[in-house]
Amino acid sequence: MASVAEEKLKTEYSDKILELYRFRGDLNIVVRPGDIPEICRFLKTEPELKFNFLSCITAVDYMGKRDTRFEIVYVLFSIPNRARIIIKTRVNEGQEAPTLTSLWSTANWQEREVYDMFGIKFAGHPDLTRILMDDDWVGFPQRKDFPLTYEAPHFSHNKGDIATYKKAPWRGDNDG
Amino acid sequence: MANRETMIINLGPQHPATHGVLRIELEIDGETIVKARPIIGYLHTGIEKNMEAKTYTQALTMTDRMDYLAPMSNNLVYVGAVEKLMEVEVPSRAEYVRVIMTELTRIASHLVWLGTHAIDIGAMSMLLYCFREREKIVQMYEFVSGVRMMSSYFRVGGLANDIPAGFETRVKDILDSFPAKIDEYEGLLTNNRIWLNRTVGVGAISAEDAIDAGLTGPSLRGSGISWDIRKSNPYSYYDKFEFDIPTGEKGDVYDRYKVRLEEMRQSLRIVSQAVGGIPEGPYKTADKRISLPSRKETLQGMEQLIHHFKIVVHGFEPPEGDVYFSIESPKGEIGCYIVSDGTKRPYRVHFRPPSFVNISALSRLVKGRMVADVIACIGSIDIVLGEIDR
Repeated sequence: MASVAEEKLKTEYSDKILELYRFRGDLNIVVRPGDIPEICRFLKTEPELKFNFLSCITAVDYMGKRDTRFEIVYVLFSIPNRARIIIKTRVNEGQEAPTLTSLWSTANWQEREVYDMFGIKFAGHPDLTRILMDDDWVGFPQRKDFPLTYEAPHFSHNKGDIATYKKAPWRGDNDG
Repeated sequence: MANRETMIINLGPQHPATHGVLRIELEIDGETIVKARPIIGYLHTGIEKNMEAKTYTQALTMTDRMDYLAPMSNNLVYVGAVEKLMEVEVPSRAEYVRVIMTELTRIASHLVWLGTHAIDIGAMSMLLYCFREREKIVQMYEFVSGVRMMSSYFRVGGLANDIPAGFETRVKDILDSFPAKIDEYEGLLTNNRIWLNRTVGVGAISAEDAIDAGLTGPSLRGSGISWDIRKSNPYSYYDKFEFDIPTGEKGDVYDRYKVRLEEMRQSLRIVSQAVGGIPEGPYKTADKRISLPSRKETLQGMEQLIHHFKIVVHGFEPPEGDVYFSIESPKGEIGCYIVSDGTKRPYRVHFRPPSFVNISALSRLVKGRMVADVIACIGSIDIVLGEIDR
């Protein structure tokens, strides 16, 4: 089934598909961020394909490894055809990706999680707020430049050093 | 009517029926719900971030702690993803045990769901019965892995250790006693007038809406969609066993209840087919990249001892690449997306938690219903907050 999708995409969207490859049996395609809704609508509504289920949206931070920092990953599944396709798009810091909430309402929370963890904004999202972290949290925890642990234990001997640790990204300015 | 005001009330985060630490902001007009907004994140522990700082084997132990009611299913999706990435062959003995243990896990998870769901809407005694039966499965966890809950029993390439002697007998004990117990639960609830009043027609969702909202597992099948990853994309040895996929019709709380009860019977059916046929042979792969040399080998050979040390201390290094692997957990589709950069630590791990996606559909289920129905709806989509917040 994925091979039918491969053929269709090659003929219909040859100019929009940047990369198309198979890895461990799964069909992966890479497109530009602006083309995501169109490609997904095509995959969802095309009668032969019917990728009608959005399984998963997530992102990866390739800081220092690639020119474009983030990669957003969409996993679509076709319930009638039992097939899966992985769609990827790359955005840089500050760059927005279009939302998929108009195609699948399940995209709402999953895009919020990507925003919360990576700071990637989704244009047109109805409620792009933090979901797992506190509303006043500073920083985006899944970014590679966000340290896993940073807090210095407060003892009398390092009282003077604590000021430097105050710069921990999620602490903000008002924390003693 | 002009000038009608609505009121906002908080349900939770400290509320016994929220199955963890879930807060729901309810906008109500009298007793009718206008809008429900689940607020999550109280149990966020950064499991995905923490995994990036651990070796592949160390990271496995964190998967137990997401859906703590179904640790074996979480183990399976994680090891399955790493095995897909590394293209590891798993011996058939290990696959049989994996199927048996994940199906017992499904029953255990459904038992906790049934007990808590029933006590939430007033059937007090169910909780005691369900936990009595679940105890037998938890003891099975202890029997095979030494731990009652956070088992980490499945490892990349096989199992942590071979099944102990007497495994089959204990599984058969469960197989003998459980069908009667499930009938007993059905006898208490299925035609119970109070149960029917609280569940029939409550929280109904159509098949299209369920797909749009991303519901999976029994919550989707209750709406009549016959999609189960064990059948549609068989992993492990599920294609070797016969079982049916129960579905509902209306997609209400009652249908989801019926689907889960039938699923427990089907799980017993799978276990009964598997338990007689566990083949002899190794319980872990022969792949030297990940398989620890045996104790005897390490005592006799220097190279084997070094190899053992190297795998334990340094870990193994999957090739570069990224894979998505998903299985049917008791709650729905749990997926694992792993990115490897060729080092001993995963570059990125993401779980697609079924509870997270299912709870996001809560607002649709409860709109226009009474406050008391919210409790029934939360129970019926079977969430675990550890998995939602990770």
